[in-house]
Amino acid sequence: MSVQNFPPIYSTVVEIFQWLKSVYKNISFPEKGSCLSSGRSLAPRGRRSCSSIGCIVSVPFGSHNNVWSTGRDPAIWEADTDAVYAALSHHLWSTFTAPEAKSSNEDLKEMLESNKESLKLEAMKRVVGLIAKGKNASELFPAVVKNVASKNIELKKLVYVYLVRYAEEQQDLALLSISTFQRALKEPNQFIRASALRVLSSIRVSIIVPIMMLAIKEASADMSPYVRKTAAHAIQKLYSLDPDQKEQLIEVIEKLLKDKSTLVAGSVVVAFDEVCPDRIDLIHKNYRKLCNLLVDVEEWGQVVIISMLTRYARTQFTSPWKEDNEKAFYESEEEKKDQTEATPYTMDPDHRLLLRNTKPLLQSRNTAVVMSVAQLYWHLAPKHEVNIVTKSLVRLLRSHREVQYIVLQNIATMSIQRKGMFEPFMKSFYVRSTDATHIKTLKLEILTNLANEANISTILREFQTYVKSQDKAFAAATIQAIGRCATDISEVTDTCLSGLVLLLSNRDETVVAESVVVIKKLLQTQPTQHSDIIKHMAKLFDNISVSMARASILWLMGEYCERVPKIAPDVLRKMAKTFTAEEDIVKLQTVNLAAKLYLTNSKQTKLLTQYILNLGKYDQSYDIRDRTRFVRQLIVPNEKSGALNKYARRILLAPKPAPMLESAFKDRDRFQLGTLSHSINSKATGYQELSDWPAVAPDQSVRNVEVVEPSSSESEEQSSDESDETSSDSGKSSSGSEKSSSESEPEQKKKTKTKKAPQKKSKAAAAVTAPSFGPVKTHELLHHMTGKGLSAKYHFPRQPCLYQPSMVAVQVILANSSDHSLEKIHIGDRSPAGLNIHCFNTIERLEPEASVTVSMGIDFSDSTQAANFQLCTKEDQFSVSIQPVVGELLMPSTMSEQDFSKEQGKLLGMNETSATVAMATANTSSQAVSKQVLSVANVGVVSSGPNDLHRFAGRTVSSGALVLVSLELKESSALLTINTEKSVMASMLLRDLKQALALA
Amino acid sequence: MIHSLFLVNASGDIFLEKHWKSVVSRSVCDYFFEAQERATEPENVPPVIPTPHHYLISVLRHRIYFVAVIQSEVPPLFVIEFLHRVVDTFQDYFGVCTEAAIKDNVVVVYELLEEMLDNGFPLATESNILKELIKPPTILRTMVNTITGSTNVGEQLPTGQLSVVPWRRTGVKYTNNEAYFDVVEEIDAIIDKSGSTITAEIQGVIDACVKLTGMPDLTLSFMNPRLLDDVSFHPCVRFKRWEAERILSFIPPDGNFRLLSYHVSSQNLVAIPVYVKHNISFREGSSQGRFDLTLGPKQTMGKAVEAVLVSSQLPRGVLNANLNASQGTYTFDPVTKMLTWDVGKINPQKLPSLKGTMSLQAGASKPDENPTINIQFKTQQMAISGLKVNRLDMYGEKYKPFKGIKYMTKAGKFQVRT
Repeated sequence: MSVQNFPPIYSTVVEIFQWLKSVYKNISFPEKGSCLSSGRSLAPRGRRSCSSIGCIVSVPFGSHNNVWSTGRDPAIWEADTDAVYAALSHHLWSTFTAPEAKSSNEDLKEMLESNKESLKLEAMKRVVGLIAKGKNASELFPAVVKNVASKNIELKKLVYVYLVRYAEEQQDLALLSISTFQRALKEPNQFIRASALRVLSSIRVSIIVPIMMLAIKEASADMSPYVRKTAAHAIQKLYSLDPDQKEQLIEVIEKLLKDKSTLVAGSVVVAFDEVCPDRIDLIHKNYRKLCNLLVDVEEWGQVVIISMLTRYARTQFTSPWKEDNEKAFYESEEEKKDQTEATPYTMDPDHRLLLRNTKPLLQSRNTAVVMSVAQLYWHLAPKHEVNIVTKSLVRLLRSHREVQYIVLQNIATMSIQRKGMFEPFMKSFYVRSTDATHIKTLKLEILTNLANEANISTILREFQTYVKSQDKAFAAATIQAIGRCATDISEVTDTCLSGLVLLLSNRDETVVAESVVVIKKLLQTQPTQHSDIIKHMAKLFDNISVSMARASILWLMGEYCERVPKIAPDVLRKMAKTFTAEEDIVKLQTVNLAAKLYLTNSKQTKLLTQYILNLGKYDQSYDIRDRTRFVRQLIVPNEKSGALNKYARRILLAPKPAPMLESAFKDRDRFQLGTLSHSINSKATGYQELSDWPAVAPDQSVRNVEVVEPSSSESEEQSSDESDETSSDSGKSSSGSEKSSSESEPEQKKKTKTKKAPQKKSKAAAAVTAPSFGPVKTHELLHHMTGKGLSAKYHFPRQPCLYQPSMVAVQVILANSSDHSLEKIHIGDRSPAGLNIHCFNTIERLEPEASVTVSMGIDFSDSTQAANFQLCTKEDQFSVSIQPVVGELLMPSTMSEQDFSKEQGKLLGMNETSATVAMATANTSSQAVSKQVLSVANVGVVSSGPNDLHRFAGRTVSSGALVLVSLELKESSALLTINTEKSVMASMLLRDLKQALALA
Repeated sequence: MIHSLFLVNASGDIFLEKHWKSVVSRSVCDYFFEAQERATEPENVPPVIPTPHHYLISVLRHRIYFVAVIQSEVPPLFVIEFLHRVVDTFQDYFGVCTEAAIKDNVVVVYELLEEMLDNGFPLATESNILKELIKPPTILRTMVNTITGSTNVGEQLPTGQLSVVPWRRTGVKYTNNEAYFDVVEEIDAIIDKSGSTITAEIQGVIDACVKLTGMPDLTLSFMNPRLLDDVSFHPCVRFKRWEAERILSFIPPDGNFRLLSYHVSSQNLVAIPVYVKHNISFREGSSQGRFDLTLGPKQTMGKAVEAVLVSSQLPRGVLNANLNASQGTYTFDPVTKMLTWDVGKINPQKLPSLKGTMSLQAGASKPDENPTINIQFKTQQMAISGLKVNRLDMYGEKYKPFKGIKYMTKAGKFQVRT
């Protein structure tokens, strides 16, 4: 064996083997044994001699000691040289036993190709072991892929693992497995279908994109929600493989978004976020469903859905934050003016729905879910509601160190804007000596943010303990925090200063240095009357050796030299002695001090200054020489210096602005809380900005699932309540809530139907007690002739008003019969001035022939005085008035017969009005009577026995006064009695009822 | 979402890697190693590390770093929470989560990781479902498997994932039906030099071990539910029921799980079960320091304080400690300067004490801070907040289960500043 035979660099084990093989073929060994022993001796030396970058294996071989360094593929050597040893010895053995050579993977290949299931499984396990260690096992691909159709489930799964890992590298061979998956996609068992789709979509081979697309499309219509979920995952995989498929994939996403299964919801939103986060229009129709399903979705899905809905809500609803300001405005006298400018804020019911449905998730055990709800409230909820997340966030601080880190970061950002939120929990942020340093500094940050006049003494006492900490980095951070407290809260500035001055005599240099720096900054913010501290620092000057601190003191001396006229020259004298031994930064400040003293007190310091300038002139550092030359020209007048000299004083002794001591988290709020970007304080790849609130809410009707009528807010409310209830017993719910949401749809349809056909008198009304949906009469508000094409009709929907209980709900149907679109329809001036109207949101645009229904609330204060206001479009204003019918100023009230009699007993005498009515013959049946009464007044039927006495009860909307109507039938006439405090209303109601009963 | 996972041991070797999307070179971990070198303590490695093309989010548990590689924006807590779930699952499967255990069971680990994430998004993290998919290795099963050649992977496909109660597997059968609940409370406190409490709060958990046949529906009620200020539930608990009636109503998962964790409202004063008398002093100029520590019971409601363990990080200047413990044993590690004293049970008649001297580095100046003392202890049969379970009822099944409840109080982060 000669030296020339050694190749210089071997990159893989295989090459070494090949080389070994060639060597062995050239020489002949006397026996097998000697070779083995030489092979064995490889092990102890070669072992663990690997570094992660390059590796060196020393192989004593016969008499030669050769060192190969393999530069390219360290992974092979990384984990286990034992394996190499085993492989080598095996190889050496086999070169002698068998004529044909095999590598280490060769025997695995053999095992995989054998007929025994157990051998195959064993081989696959070893292959997976190789993959886990990051070793290359790609050459086994052909042997492995054959087993893809195995009956053994574990074997099959391991083959899948292998396939997914290496298919990208061995595209052609990977295609062999495709037909197996295609067959499996048709299996009756849903789990087999799902896992086939999962692996098929994980194989990143671009040739099969069409096959994947087809499979996804089919799976998205699968019966099983589990398969549909897998399809949602496959969408992202396909998108990352081939972004050109976007359009088709969006179609699938659109379809899956409509899915009502909780299993699918999370996964499809992930796909949505990945593929088309800007297609917000796909969410509209599914918004309410997602909100209602949220509680039952698995926890990881909850996180992504919540963050997607946060972004959605910021584009669709108006800001709830203006509210406070506006209230303040109303309280002031400028009421009228304001009403014309801004309509008061009411939260969109959908906005409320989101807030309400996410709140229970604050109790989740999953910290990510809690955090995402917290950020949702922070970004979406009205300011006074945000506080409910505090407790839950503080709870998360009990969790693992990493969780604490992220949560503390977010609290730090929140606490800058809203101190009050976390102040009651201040003690939860006290530092423990066992906390990691980054946790400690974050807690310190929060404590500093929370400091105010009331708690500063407690905080400072706590800080005193921290300053003594053995963790010096933390102690230094504490000193800075004290400095911030001192600037923020003027009451304690002096206390802090004296505390910091005490620290100047601390033994630890970092502490002293930090204190000096902070004191410098503090003195700069309020330089008055602090000559004592400056004197004290001058005294300490000799003992301080940290250059930054020395430089800071010198700068202070120079800046305030007029306050310490005797000490400053003395310090300069000392510095002149030690000048040559100082650090650069100290020298620079010495020169500065000299210059300033020369200008203010040249009598005493002229010589000293010149001496220092001379020293500086010949200094080793050119910065110092440069500065010295500059200062000399500036302060010492001579012929050449010219005009600059005159301004020396103004240049050097100009008042300097104080530095700002600010939180490091001040600008973090530009990122959405809880995001990676917030955590690292820079924009991460794929970060989506949270948009600002829109000034005017986009059309809210887009979220209606039934396209018939917009903003039938009551029915929405109800349907969401229902599904709320069902999802509440989350035990058996997921199917339950599915049912309920599908149930609520037909219900909604029903309601919209009754509204759509208001003229059709509902027969069921009589049987209903309360609330009763009586017949609805539509009144004209604005004729299209007078309204220049805009026509308006209104009716009383007899629903409790959403905005305020004392208001009567009015629905207005606006229609455009002109040939051009009308813009900015809103409500203008109103009279009487004090009239309390809840206006509808401004309608941006009404196309020709289109109509829109809006609801508003009017407080009539139980009088039939008309509400006059102006209906405005962009160009015109039309005065209109709503004349309330007395019966509409009531709302039904439920009571028993006994209660009715009792209440009636209380309202006798002056409060009773009665009349005899001639009844029309058609009206004698009890049903007909109820129908007639209900058509006039919004009252509830009091159920009573089958006698001739009919009772109805109601309350006035505004004041809540009881109105009792009773009707006693006698042959062809009847005695109508009304008992109420409101006698005017009683007489008007009596007249209306009389008319209604006598007619028809 | 999560792109890849690397497991790194204490000496900085990557011993396992798993990729859910295309392969990320392990050289990405170099950024992590850099951060690791910069950190003085293992805990000080920042959990989120940005690199030019990826983001590394890591958790440290059992001296193993679990490093997840992220490529684009994702809530960091999402990843952290998932990684902790992975560790919990490993612990659940192998009993311990050590490098050796993971290496020994690398196939099961891989199978688990494969099931837990699909394309980087969590798929099945519920232990009951995972156990149906992949059976945990036991000695018996390993033996049987080697003899008969059967496998660890469940033959049946999981049904739990589709059921309305995804956390419970179907067809559970036991001969002895039992349900045990452990109420464990931890006191977090900081006590200042003079012995007054700076901050103290009680956090509690109810851990359950439920082995019941079929689909039992349990309700658990408390004598004094008002004590609970802030709670978080296992997903099985019906939230609305709790809101309305303050009753825990749930269909339990099978086996061990954490039913509830809670925080006791801070208005209530916290009883501190132990007190510490300490006198630790260093004199200027002398190379000796005095160390004198006595423990005693306080507000224990008649229960014994057990398993007391005192530990303290002494200042760097301390060379050695020459102490005398009246009870238990103490150790001092001169490298880390960690003093630990295993006291055991506190006998109120004869209070345990640790007295003696510390020798300091000659010429070194006196340390400016006295060490903080961390105390661990346990008291059985008592929940310090006074929380009591009222009753446990079972619906939906016919048999009568055996029910048990245990109370315990422990020290959480209990520190005494001296």
